[in-house]
Amino acid sequence: MSVHMPTTVDEAVALLADNPGARLLSGGTDTMVEVNFNHLKPETVIGLRRVESLRDYRVSSERIEIGAGVPYSRMETGPLADALPALAAAARTVGSPQIRAAGTLGGNLGTCSPAGDGLPVLAALDADVNLRSPRGLRSVPFAEFMVGVKRNSRLADEIIESVSIVPTRGYQDYAKVGVRNAMVISVASVCFVHDRNTASVRIALGAVGPTIIRAREAESWLTGQVDAAATLPNDENIASEFARRVAAEARPIDDHRSTSAYRRHAIQTLARRLYIRSTK
Amino acid sequence: MKNTPSSTRTRNRGVLGTSALRPDGVAKTQGNFAFSSDFQAENMLWGATLRSPHPHARIVSIDPSEAWKISGVEAIIFADDVPGKATYGLIASDQPVFARDVVRYMGEPIAAVAADHPETCRRAIAAIKVVYEGLPVLSDMDAAIDPATPAIHPDGNVFRHQRIVSGNPDVMGDVVVEGTYDIGMQDQAFLGLEAALAYPDPGGAGVELVVATQWLHEDRKQIADCLDLAPEKVRLVLGGVGGAFGAREDISLQVHTCLLALRTGRPVKVQYGREESFFGHVHRHPGRIHLRHHADRAGKLVKVEGWMKLDGGAYASTSSAVLINGITHLQGPYACDNSRLDAWATRTNNPPCGAMRGFGVVQACFAHEGQMDKLAAALGLSPVEIRLRNAMKTGDKLFTGQVVDSVAPVARCIRETDAIPLPADAQYGTGSLELPGGSGRTSDPSHIRRGIGWGVSIKNLMYSEGFDDSAEARCTLVDGVATLKFATAEVGQGFVVLAQQIARTVLGVDTVVLDTIDTQIGSAGSTSASRQTWMSGGAVDGACRLVRERLFEHVAHLHNLDPLQLVIEGTEIVDTLGPLRMPVAEASKGLRIEQTFLHRHRPTEELDENGQGNCHVAFAFVAHRAVVDVDTELGLVKVVQIATAQDVGQVLNPLALLGQIEGGIAQGLGLAVMEEIVVDRGVVRNPSFTDYLLPTTLDAPDVVAIPIEEYEPLAPLGAKGVGEPPCISVTPAIVAAIRNATGRDIVRTPVRPQDICLPS
Repeated sequence: MSVHMPTTVDEAVALLADNPGARLLSGGTDTMVEVNFNHLKPETVIGLRRVESLRDYRVSSERIEIGAGVPYSRMETGPLADALPALAAAARTVGSPQIRAAGTLGGNLGTCSPAGDGLPVLAALDADVNLRSPRGLRSVPFAEFMVGVKRNSRLADEIIESVSIVPTRGYQDYAKVGVRNAMVISVASVCFVHDRNTASVRIALGAVGPTIIRAREAESWLTGQVDAAATLPNDENIASEFARRVAAEARPIDDHRSTSAYRRHAIQTLARRLYIRSTK
Repeated sequence: MKNTPSSTRTRNRGVLGTSALRPDGVAKTQGNFAFSSDFQAENMLWGATLRSPHPHARIVSIDPSEAWKISGVEAIIFADDVPGKATYGLIASDQPVFARDVVRYMGEPIAAVAADHPETCRRAIAAIKVVYEGLPVLSDMDAAIDPATPAIHPDGNVFRHQRIVSGNPDVMGDVVVEGTYDIGMQDQAFLGLEAALAYPDPGGAGVELVVATQWLHEDRKQIADCLDLAPEKVRLVLGGVGGAFGAREDISLQVHTCLLALRTGRPVKVQYGREESFFGHVHRHPGRIHLRHHADRAGKLVKVEGWMKLDGGAYASTSSAVLINGITHLQGPYACDNSRLDAWATRTNNPPCGAMRGFGVVQACFAHEGQMDKLAAALGLSPVEIRLRNAMKTGDKLFTGQVVDSVAPVARCIRETDAIPLPADAQYGTGSLELPGGSGRTSDPSHIRRGIGWGVSIKNLMYSEGFDDSAEARCTLVDGVATLKFATAEVGQGFVVLAQQIARTVLGVDTVVLDTIDTQIGSAGSTSASRQTWMSGGAVDGACRLVRERLFEHVAHLHNLDPLQLVIEGTEIVDTLGPLRMPVAEASKGLRIEQTFLHRHRPTEELDENGQGNCHVAFAFVAHRAVVDVDTELGLVKVVQIATAQDVGQVLNPLALLGQIEGGIAQGLGLAVMEEIVVDRGVVRNPSFTDYLLPTTLDAPDVVAIPIEEYEPLAPLGAKGVGEPPCISVTPAIVAAIRNATGRDIVRTPVRPQDICLPS
């Protein structure tokens, strides 16, 4: 096995072009599990830790750009957490402090597990995923990036460079159900974003389908009921009907972690609770 | 911990009764302690095991030719390469070293490989072609008990059936409550994975094995039988053990490692990863228990009747002993004369189950405590009152006819637990990590209901049913330094510090050297059944007392005194009738006194066909009160506080005691709300720490613990074993608290979110 440690994005892109099929490593918290389970035996690894530009983020009033190598620990507090409270909440639920220090948003996107904690936030924020290749930079909306269970539309010669997010104005939050109070994989999760600028409410569901699910019908029903340019009304009836509609859009399965029925119930409960939280 | 007067009893030179520090403590906290997985040898090969992916299949053919082509492969061995006995087992020898014609559980070993590198081993294992023909999977206990079901093993599908009938089994109570309880399969989940390193003797005449185990001599017996070597040709040395909890009682990699070393003539190391560990050791028996409790109008128990079924999986392990422990503890710590009980341990194609902390009593306790709460509700009594009205005391007779002659402060355990202040009412902000759901921030304080629940238990100490699990120890005193030799497996429980405390106390020495823990002395028995403080503690105490006698004789002879008038005070020998006062270090100068002592507990008996007989040695008791917060809508739980008062006999090391109590509570909490090996028709679905969940610090409750310190006359040091009781009744206490918070009749553990919040 050969390991390359580039220090610039261009160098990394060139290495990937020279080594088709090389494993990109950005934290390794998923890769090492696969290696330990003997599911993966990479011949070539391109480690991205030393690419400084990937480990940076920029926050402005027009645009938030997060490098793919930014670890969860840096999303939990600081300017990024102030700008994106939902992302901070999601980051705090990831693994242990050690995992959060290593794991990155780019790694989460590369793996594209439906249980990935950063992904519902990117889905609800309508983030763009920026991919760099020898052909230049390509931006893909998150909804088109994740295409299935652990499948995404990254091309073989592309490196995930960053995500871009247009800041919202209003409440945003993330909540996740697991069968342990910390350090647990998601059984069901919800990201709720209210944006008064665009008069929209966006809700994304994790671990209840092959991809992150945006409950778009429930979103449009809600914006038909309320003035989303203003604070949302503290109305239990609206919250309950919205939550019922959100849950109807989930596509959960039975597995060893939980049941389909419980996952749908959890989605409905979290959607209602996050709606009510947003009104306070 | 409150009420520990013993901690200030003597100046702190690490004698009995003090929180003496462990000799391995600093190394362990600094990461310098050598666990068995850390051992390496020159010219060493690595070994690995090929395991069945199927729970039940016929092996049609095995073709290793592709594996042999891999450079670096030095040996591939199969069932036919086992020179001695083809099977092993703690009680019945029914488990093949390697499967030959049929595999009976997912993960059963079929072959082992030795090679120059772990990766070479993995590739070789993957290259061995095995053709299987699937067989019907027997995974249901009732089907196993049904005589019409085809046997999946020549010994049949029932490991053991036992009945207990006592008093008047036809008597009826004024109040009758009934319930069926399910217990999931828990894993011991020790953190130090299985690992061993075998050194072959020249010419294959013998072998030395460094291994993490609970019982060196029993391992040696089984290994020697399989290798067809005399036991003395197999020498075992204890590798550093990172936890055991029963999972190291059975053989796992021992025979495989020795065989590979003998075959290649080179040292061979085998170590499991976490996934393989789930398949490499036995688990706690899952079970179903049905009980009907009869009481009079005052709440006094009249009769207990019902049945217990434990699933032992594919091979016998200790199932027959777990079953006896289970059925003989279905009574709980309550006085009652009349019973009619049946219990079965079944063989299925599920993972083999055997010893785990609590050994059958955990399952029994979950059921009898659920019943006591039902009885309380039916009679309008509190959970505390129903238990106090029935609390067992010294002199009471068990369903087996055995009289409880141990100290039995059951009522005191309950009362002192009840007197521990309840935690303050929850005052959480939205999104507090302390709320149920923790870091997932799912709950707001308005969604939370608090519940309180009780569990009380009885646990036997030492082995039962006529087994003579003796323990040997040797003490050598040279120039004021005591050296102790024993084969007691130190698995993390702290016997190493206790042994030092005993020697310092009895001999008045400061320096106590611990010799290597190996088979170069007689057996100490297993580090199991809460028995080592009593058994190996008794052996070390006995050996030290014999040395002290010789020392007193020597000093008495020199000074023309009667040795009987000499005593140890601190670090001095003192003449109680005269002026002599002499440091032990000085008195023993130039001397070498060596004594060996074999400690035995009193004999026990087997049960007869009606379950009558003095089958247990002694008993310990404990009470737990759980306070939980439940998000009733999402079904998420936070255990807020566990209050406990435990019957411990004499406290020998308060800090070590607290460690056992807090650790046991965490393990019992795991079984209550998260720990379960999910098995679907013989297939394990979650063999990893991603999906087999252990409690984290955010799940661990505040523990308020009170030791009930009453000297146990039956015990050599007055101390009862304390390892198992903490994990037994905490599980039913937590589940009872969840019932109390939700009003739901939850009958299985672990409690899953859907059991709380969805229609059943």
